[in-house]
Amino acid sequence: MNAVTALEWFTQVLEVITALAAAPLLFGWVNQCRAWLQNRSAPSLLQPYRSIRKLFHKDAVLATNASPLFRIAPYVIFGTMAAAAAVIPSVGTHLPFTPVADGIALVGLLATARVFQALAAMDVGTAFGTLGARREMMIGFLAEPALLMVIFVASLLSASTALPAIAEQLASQAVGIYPSLAFTAVAFTMVLLAENARIPVDNPATHLELTMIHEAMLLEYSARHLALLEWAATLKLFNYTCIGFALFAPWGTAHSETPQALLAALPIFGLKLLVAGGGIALVETLSAKLRVFRAPEFLATAFLFAVLGLLVRLLLGA
Amino acid sequence: MPLRRWSAAAAPLAGSPGTKQIVVARENWRARAQEIAAAGGRLMALWASGPAATGRPAPRTLYAAFVLPPGLLVLTMPDDLAHDEYPGIEEVFPHASRMQRALFDVSGWRSSDPDVRPWLRHAAWPADFHPLIHETAPTAAEEPRPDDYAFVRVEGEGVHEIAVGPVHAGIIEPGHFRFSVVGEKVLKLEERLGYAHKGVERRFTELPILEGHRLAARLCGDSTVTYAWAYCQALEGLAGTPIPARAAWLRALALELERAANHLGDLGALGNDAGFAFGLSQFSLLKEQLLRATHAAFGQRYLLDFVVPGGTRADLAPEGARALSDCAGHLAQQTRVLRGIYDEHAGLRDRFAGAGMVTPALAARLGLTGLVGRASGQAHDLRSDAPWAPYDELAPGKAGATEGDVAARVAVRFDELFESCRLIGRIVRDLPGGTHLAAGLPTPPEGALGIGLIEGWRGPVMIALEAGASGSIRRCHPHDPSWQNWPVLEHAIIGNIVPDFPLINKSFNLAYSGHDL
Repeated sequence: MNAVTALEWFTQVLEVITALAAAPLLFGWVNQCRAWLQNRSAPSLLQPYRSIRKLFHKDAVLATNASPLFRIAPYVIFGTMAAAAAVIPSVGTHLPFTPVADGIALVGLLATARVFQALAAMDVGTAFGTLGARREMMIGFLAEPALLMVIFVASLLSASTALPAIAEQLASQAVGIYPSLAFTAVAFTMVLLAENARIPVDNPATHLELTMIHEAMLLEYSARHLALLEWAATLKLFNYTCIGFALFAPWGTAHSETPQALLAALPIFGLKLLVAGGGIALVETLSAKLRVFRAPEFLATAFLFAVLGLLVRLLLGA
Repeated sequence: MPLRRWSAAAAPLAGSPGTKQIVVARENWRARAQEIAAAGGRLMALWASGPAATGRPAPRTLYAAFVLPPGLLVLTMPDDLAHDEYPGIEEVFPHASRMQRALFDVSGWRSSDPDVRPWLRHAAWPADFHPLIHETAPTAAEEPRPDDYAFVRVEGEGVHEIAVGPVHAGIIEPGHFRFSVVGEKVLKLEERLGYAHKGVERRFTELPILEGHRLAARLCGDSTVTYAWAYCQALEGLAGTPIPARAAWLRALALELERAANHLGDLGALGNDAGFAFGLSQFSLLKEQLLRATHAAFGQRYLLDFVVPGGTRADLAPEGARALSDCAGHLAQQTRVLRGIYDEHAGLRDRFAGAGMVTPALAARLGLTGLVGRASGQAHDLRSDAPWAPYDELAPGKAGATEGDVAARVAVRFDELFESCRLIGRIVRDLPGGTHLAAGLPTPPEGALGIGLIEGWRGPVMIALEAGASGSIRRCHPHDPSWQNWPVLEHAIIGNIVPDFPLINKSFNLAYSGHDL
C-alpha cells in the first residue's frame, strides 16, 4: 500500500467536514422544495441548523428508568453516520479509509446505527418507542438485502466492493448506459426513501404518533440527544445520496490529488445535491403514504429490481 | 301496544313544530323505547331535569328524545320516588349507555345499566357530588389525583395495549384511546372522553334565558352557528315569536358557510393524514378564500355570535352577497378539479378504500348518525327529512353512500360541499327582503320546554331548553351527534391496523368539546 499523502488526508477530512456541515443543508433544501411543490411558502434553508442549535441549548430530560444505553445511543448513532460519511466518496475518491471499509462494511455500519436506535427506543418501555422500533426493524431487514444487492451489481461492473473504486471505475469508462445499473438505480431510490423515513414509507412531518416509524423512536429524546439524532438523520440522507452518486452518477468527483481538482469537484457535487434533493421532494409530493403493511411489498419490489439488475449483468453482461 | 296507538296521545310541544311529547310510566319506559326502535325510530338525546339545588327526594323528570319519521318524539318519565334506578335502554339503543352514565354523573340518577363507570366525571369532583342537583361541591381535602378507570382488557397470546392521549404529539383536543393489539392489528379500541368537561349545563342555569345563545355558540367551536341556531330555535319556540324570513335565510347561509368551511378543512386534513400534503395546502387555500369572503360579507371569519334570538347579528349588503356567491362558484369549480385528483391518485385510493368500514347494518344497529351515518347508508338529513324554514324552500339534495369506509366519507363530504356551494349561491340570489332581526323577544313562561334541532355539518344537534322563573334557565341540555358516533368509531377500527387509526378517526372527525360539555 502506498504511503498516504497529506493531500489524501486533506481530502478525507474535507469529506467528513463537508458531510457534517452540508447534511442539514440538504435536508433544508428537500423541505424547501417540498414546500414549493405543495404551494406553501418555504421555511429557510437554514432551518435545520436552527433547530439543531436550539436543541443543543436546552436541558436534557431523561426518563427515570432510562439505562446507559439510552444515553449513549445518540453518540453511537451519530458516530456511525460520521464514520459512514468517511468511506463514501463525495468530493474526491482518493480516501485513506477506503481499504478499511468497503460497501459491505458500510451496510454493516448503517445496520449498527439501526440496532442502537431500535434498542434505545425500546429502552424506556413506552408503547410508541416499541411500536417504532418494531416497524423500523421490519423496514430494515427488507431494505438491507436490497441495498447489498445494489452494491453487488456495481461491484460486478467494477470488480471491487470499495465505493471509491467503483465510482472511479464507472466514471472512467466511456459514457454509456448499463441496463443493469438502470434497474439497480430504481431499487436504490426505493431503498433510500424507505431508509430515510420519507414518504411513501414514513412521513417525517407527521404529528400522528400512531403512524410514525422513525419519529416514534425519538419521542423520548430531548435536547442534545435529540439534536444529535436529528443531525444523524440528516447525515443519513446525505450519506445515501452520496452512495447514489458513487454508484449511478460518479462524474465530476476529483480523481487526482491536486487541490485544483478538489476545488473543481465541489460545485459539481453541490449541483448534484440540488438535483437529488429536488427529486426526493418531487417523489414525496406526488405520492401518498403507504399502509404500513404495503412497505414490505414496496421493499420487495426494490429487491426484485436489484436482482433483475444482477441477472441482466450476469446473463447478458450488460 | 303498537307505537301508532299510544303515540297518538302525544301532545304537540308548543313552539317546536313537528315535536310531540308524551308522559310514560316507569314500567313502560323500556317497552316504549323498544316499540320506537321497532318502528325505525332513533334515540337522539337523553337527559334529566329537576329543580336545581335540591337533592333527593325531589321531583325529577327523565327525558328521551327520539327521531321518528313524522318528527321528534319526547318521552318524559316523572320519578316515582319509589325506585333509585330507572330502567336503562342500552340494549335497545347501544349508544344510550354512555348517555346514561353521563346522566348519572351530572344529575345523580342511576340507570339499571350494569356499566356504572363514570363517563364525564373524572377525579375533579367526588363521586357523590352531582353538579346539576347539588348547590356547592364539598371542599376537597387534597388535590384530586388521576383516577383508575377500568378499561376492558383483552387477554391472549401476544396481545398488548397501546395507550394514546389525552395529551397527543400534535395540538389536538384531549381524548384517551386504549388499543388492544396483536402486532399491528387492532383487536379492540376503548375510548375515554370527558377531558374537555367544563360544566356548561350547570353554567346555563346561571344565565338569563335571553343570553344563553352566547354560551351555546361556544360549546363547540366548529359548529358555532349550528348550536346558536338550535338554542335560538328552542328559545323562539318558547317565546312564541317567529323570526323574519330574511333572518331564517341568513341563518341558513351561515350554516352552509360553516358546513363548507369544515368540509374543506376535513378534506385537506384527510389528504394530509394519508401523507398527501398537497391536498392539505390546496384545501387550506380554498378554506382561507371562503373565510375571507365570509369576512367581507359579515365582518367576521367564523360566524361566532352571528345567530342571536330573533334573527341575526348582521345583515348582508350587496357587495358581501357578491363576494359570497363569487366565492361559492369558484370553490365548486376548484373542488371539482381536486376531487378528480383525489379520485385518481392510486396511493390515496389505496389508503381510503376499505379503511374503517362500518356496514349499513352495523350503522343502523348502533345508531350512526349525521355525515358519517350517510356514508354508511343511513340516509338521514334533517334538512330534507324534516325541513325547517328556509330549508323547506331550498330543498337541499341529500348526499349518501353505502360503502361505509373512509373513501365513502370523503365522497359524502365532496357531495355535500358541492350542494352547500349551490345553496350559498341560491340563498344569496333569492334572499327575501325585510328586517333581519325581530325586536324584543318576550320572556318565556316558566316551566315550558322548547326543543331546537338543527342539522349541522357533523350531524343533528339538539338543544332542549326549559325555562325557569322570571327569565332564567331551569335546564338546558345540548346534545352533539358525536354521542351517537364515538361508540361506532370503536367498531370501525376493529381489524384495521394501528397506523390507520388517525385516518379513520379524522374521517369521523367527532367533537370533544361539544361532547364533553
